[in-house]
Amino acid sequence: MNRRLFLRTTGLGLLGAALPLRAATRRGKVLVVIFQRGAVDGLNMIVPYGERAYAASRPSIAIPRNEVLDLDGFFGAHPSLQSLMPFWKDRSLAVVHAAGSPDATRSHFDAQDFMESGTPGEKSTKDGFLARAIGKPKSSAPRAVAITTTLPRIFSGAPDAIAATDLAKFRNERASALFASAYPEAFEAARVLGKVDASGGPLKQIASLIKGDVGVEVAFTDVGGWDTHAAQKAPLANNLRRLSEDIAALAKDLGSRMSDVVLVTMSEFGRTVRENGNRGTDHGHGGVMMILGGDVRGGKVHGKWPGLEREQLFEGRDLAVTTDFRDVFGELLTKHLGVTSLATVFPRYAVRGVGVLG
Amino acid sequence: MQRWIAAAALLFVAASSSERQRAEHALSRLTFGARPGDVERVMRIGVDRWIDEQLHPERIDDRAVAVRVARFEKAVEIPPRDDKQKARRAGRKAVADVSAQRILRAAESERQLNEVMVDFWMNHFNVFAAKGLDRYLVGSYERETIRPRVWGRFEDLLMATAKSPAMLFYLDNARSRAGALNENYARELMELHTIGVDAGYTQKDVTELARAFTGWSIDKPVNGTVAFRFRRFAHDSGAKTVLGVRLQGGMDEGERMIRFLARHPATAKHIATKLCIRLVSDEPSPALVERVAKRFRDTNGDLRATVKAVLDSPEFWSSRGAKVKSPFEYAVSAIRAAGGTIDDPLPLARELRKMGEGLYLAQPPTGYPDDAESWSGSGATLARLDFVLALVHNKMPGVRVRASDADALARTLGGKEFMRQ
Repeated sequence: MNRRLFLRTTGLGLLGAALPLRAATRRGKVLVVIFQRGAVDGLNMIVPYGERAYAASRPSIAIPRNEVLDLDGFFGAHPSLQSLMPFWKDRSLAVVHAAGSPDATRSHFDAQDFMESGTPGEKSTKDGFLARAIGKPKSSAPRAVAITTTLPRIFSGAPDAIAATDLAKFRNERASALFASAYPEAFEAARVLGKVDASGGPLKQIASLIKGDVGVEVAFTDVGGWDTHAAQKAPLANNLRRLSEDIAALAKDLGSRMSDVVLVTMSEFGRTVRENGNRGTDHGHGGVMMILGGDVRGGKVHGKWPGLEREQLFEGRDLAVTTDFRDVFGELLTKHLGVTSLATVFPRYAVRGVGVLG
Repeated sequence: MQRWIAAAALLFVAASSSERQRAEHALSRLTFGARPGDVERVMRIGVDRWIDEQLHPERIDDRAVAVRVARFEKAVEIPPRDDKQKARRAGRKAVADVSAQRILRAAESERQLNEVMVDFWMNHFNVFAAKGLDRYLVGSYERETIRPRVWGRFEDLLMATAKSPAMLFYLDNARSRAGALNENYARELMELHTIGVDAGYTQKDVTELARAFTGWSIDKPVNGTVAFRFRRFAHDSGAKTVLGVRLQGGMDEGERMIRFLARHPATAKHIATKLCIRLVSDEPSPALVERVAKRFRDTNGDLRATVKAVLDSPEFWSSRGAKVKSPFEYAVSAIRAAGGTIDDPLPLARELRKMGEGLYLAQPPTGYPDDAESWSGSGATLARLDFVLALVHNKMPGVRVRASDADALARTLGGKEFMRQ
């Protein structure tokens, strides 16, 4: 259930609208970030089937017009995203196309690094932008949790950030008895997160974390397998199906709680407009982001579409970036999480509104 | 007179305690962890002499571990594609066998520095065993491509990886043809394997380099194996320029670029940086990196001389505890410190997957990270404590330890000091 539906069914909509927006009202709000590592082919994820050059550039891998899940008469979703369509229809799911980083690098590592540090082109940034966004911890309860094997760069520098693949590990009394004094932060985190009854895949664990109400503000996970240089059709379809089903399950699992949640997907860059010699795509530039949640202005593909004709392409080969990823996150951080200033989150960058949140 | 004796005794104690510290540090950083008695053994041999031995693994008798890994050294046969279930089984078996060998060697080989460097180079030239054919190829990749060359010249190692079926498949070059280009290998060859992302190459260099490597491919499986094959008809024979080098020929274009890249000063710096990060600290000083890079350049990429340059540096000796162990290093070092016996390495391979460092399972071409932040933090700590508690109470399947005081052993192995090296 999405916020609109929730508000409609509970009659809280009017009340909500009447309340002034203050940071303090943001209690309980959660941002869920999914990083599609490896650079997803955004053009086959959200397909600009209305572009003449789309099918022409991709003779063997274009998603046929009659197979896309139509979004607005110009864009269509990959058929594997079927489980997200109910959210598109109830307008809790939005898309920002031609989104990405202004930096031209086609290196996975650098592009991910620039996105997670929030400072494209600057390698010396030590911390991650979500760490800067949540600021100094007020207690030892973790506000940033990543369901990943290693701490993601995006949380780097946050003293109360946690990375773990299995939250059940936080319930270990034997370890606590032996080691609590050696690792006070870890066991303080365990005390808090141990209350959460979590199992299953990353997004399922994140749903439990949100339902557990333990003070988590930002949850992160990543998923690989998008670096589709060859024979991309089946792996891309399978990966998109799995991801969208997991996202749909999270939204369903959270139910009315979804009104406090915004989920966003990101990837380091897009892929070449033209397919390569192996029914795959090489490293490109502009990509696509999906935003799902309570306050989302959904049912709409946001951002300026730059076109796919040769003269419209970045460096003559890739989708241009017309929406900086920092604009999207800037909006989510201020409007959803109640972050009051973005000056340190995205230094030397003037965030522009995208209009993806209501 | 008495004062002289006291002073001399003090000096002796100081010298031997610093010799002990040197032995502990060398064992911690250049092996998969000290076993009981190792420190004394290294002190007896002399730390410098022991390091010299380790730098020449071919001189170290390692028959014991050879016997141990033998039962996992079965020839891998690539199954025909039509029987999917059989193929899946064979793939799992192939990866399990090579993981078992790797774990046993890390835990039991006397050629410990060799194992550390195999781990380093397998990660530098990463391939992902869950990608298609690579599950069958990763074993021969390690055995035939990487292992024989970790003490040779970088150029030979680079050339061997460029022609290895595992790499050709993993980075898609096997499919790249004239007019049907695949940029994947060409880009990573420059970015990750040689000159590094900041060396100043352009997208055009990537594309032209990919053209130079067209035709570098693999045969169809014959008798269950695949081999490198240059396909002349798939090669783009047009003129091209990469990093200022003009090329027009056949297979020699790629070979020429491998040699050019291996000798490029940016490669010396890139490799030196990575070796210093692995062997000294996450942020090695530019002075150290330059010293090591110079040795690399002066010796034409002699990897033994280059590693020795790192180990001869004062920075190496003052870096005690500066590195956080990766999960593989941590788990194996705990077993070695506990004097444990591995009866079955496969449960440990599964445990490493859970701890985030599944062997042969790094998906991106960058391999696994090698810095403290990646492998520390509360989540990682709790996972390690979990592992240690299972280990000391003999609940880690496939591993036996004998601990008279399990809690005391757990406290040591789960302590902050033991998490680092």
